[in-house]
Amino acid sequence: MGTIRTIQTDELVNVVKEMCIKANHFLAPDMDRAMKDALESERSPLGKQILSQLQDNLRIAGEEMIPICQDTGMAVLFVEIGQDVHFEGMLLEDALNEGVRRGYAEGFLRKSVVSDPLLRVNTKDNTPAIIHYFMVAGDKVKITFAPKGFGSENMSRVFMLKPAEGEEGVKKAILTAVDDAGPNACPPMVIGVGVGGDFEKAAIMAKQALTREVGERSPLPHIAKMEEEMLSKINQLGIGPGGLGGTTTALAVNINTYPTHIAGLPVAINICCHVNRHITEVI
Amino acid sequence: MNKSIQLPITAEVASKLHAGDYVYLNGVMYVARDAAHKRMIESLEREEGLPIDIENATIYYMGPSPAREGKPIGSAGPTTASRMDKYAPTLLDLGQKAMIGKGKRTKEVLDAIVRNKAVYFAAIGGAGALLSKCIKESEVVCYDDLGAEAIRKLRVEDFPVIVVADCEGNNLYETAVKEFRTIS
Ligand code: SF4
Repeated sequence: MGTIRTIQTDELVNVVKEMCIKANHFLAPDMDRAMKDALESERSPLGKQILSQLQDNLRIAGEEMIPICQDTGMAVLFVEIGQDVHFEGMLLEDALNEGVRRGYAEGFLRKSVVSDPLLRVNTKDNTPAIIHYFMVAGDKVKITFAPKGFGSENMSRVFMLKPAEGEEGVKKAILTAVDDAGPNACPPMVIGVGVGGDFEKAAIMAKQALTREVGERSPLPHIAKMEEEMLSKINQLGIGPGGLGGTTTALAVNINTYPTHIAGLPVAINICCHVNRHITEVI
Repeated sequence: MNKSIQLPITAEVASKLHAGDYVYLNGVMYVARDAAHKRMIESLEREEGLPIDIENATIYYMGPSPAREGKPIGSAGPTTASRMDKYAPTLLDLGQKAMIGKGKRTKEVLDAIVRNKAVYFAAIGGAGALLSKCIKESEVVCYDDLGAEAIRKLRVEDFPVIVVADCEGNNLYETAVKEFRTIS
């Protein structure tokens, strides 16, 4: 064990605040590249026109500081905490939420969170965030901020498959989810998939898979192969940019896996739109 | 085919539009999402009438991000239209002529489009910054307490949309996707 490092929670507040603003106005370089490549390869004339307007949209967003999309999302944070870190100041959770609160206020971002799923009263500051904590080795804190719009979130699915359904079953589940999502998920989409674990582990893996760089393949050869095969199949669905037909339906399929139970094969498919926002900072 | 259209739109103009047409809208449109639709329908049920002039109206399904100083509105792209499916046929039967959103509609809505010679346009999902630039004026008309979900009146210039469902019953989401589908 190393020596304990103290981090002031005020620092976290500022980092999160800046991440909220940046992620909602600038796509990460990997997504930016993928969108430019799609414009080159799309075969539908209308699809091409839409992709070229999405390029204009990104340019305007950055130049004039208008959010890329008006749905600036529910704030999702993946927080990896080195176990040699000690926090001083606020409760960690309060600090992270304070960062979100300030980011959404100062960045002129839309407040899209209701306090109760049935009573539906807007909290007016986009909190609380959804926070996933992971304890890791070291004395650093790594925060990934990935605001999620609900047009695509609403099209996400969890399937509890039987082990006998195997690889074919997983592929079918992915294709079904994407086909059903169609125009609602603002294609071209990015598809995050979690296979294995249990019910909630699969869903969290699927969300985390969305933060992996587009173009980066799974380190597991059989999974990397499935990612490529599924991307090509999805792009044969014909959904296309805006769902108005074309050869670019998805930009990437990222699959994460975890050991599972002898009796199960959970598959979660988290669908994201082309505004796949993710940004990471290490403190 | 690219066309420019003046809003409010009449049944005559709407009936000449075809699925796949690329259209630029100019003039006045309203903005409402599900919460505002729910209130409008409730107000009709209480026989109180509507807070907007529904005759030939265009309703844009959208909830903007806050405007920066000196700008009429923030990011302003379409939201998923299916959440309004429950309410749309009633409003179309009362005279609404156009809807702008993204995503598939139910058969009830598509039938109401044909019946009323109306039209469903798609705006490009996730192009909120670009579309924001086509909005020249924005004012909240009512339901202010709904925040981003209040009913607004917009004046737009060359606001780009694509005809998805026309009054002949054509649906671009189905036909265009089939054209590029190479997997069963
Ligand atoms: S699905 Fe994505 S691009 Fe579409 S409206 Fe929602 S956040 Fe924006």
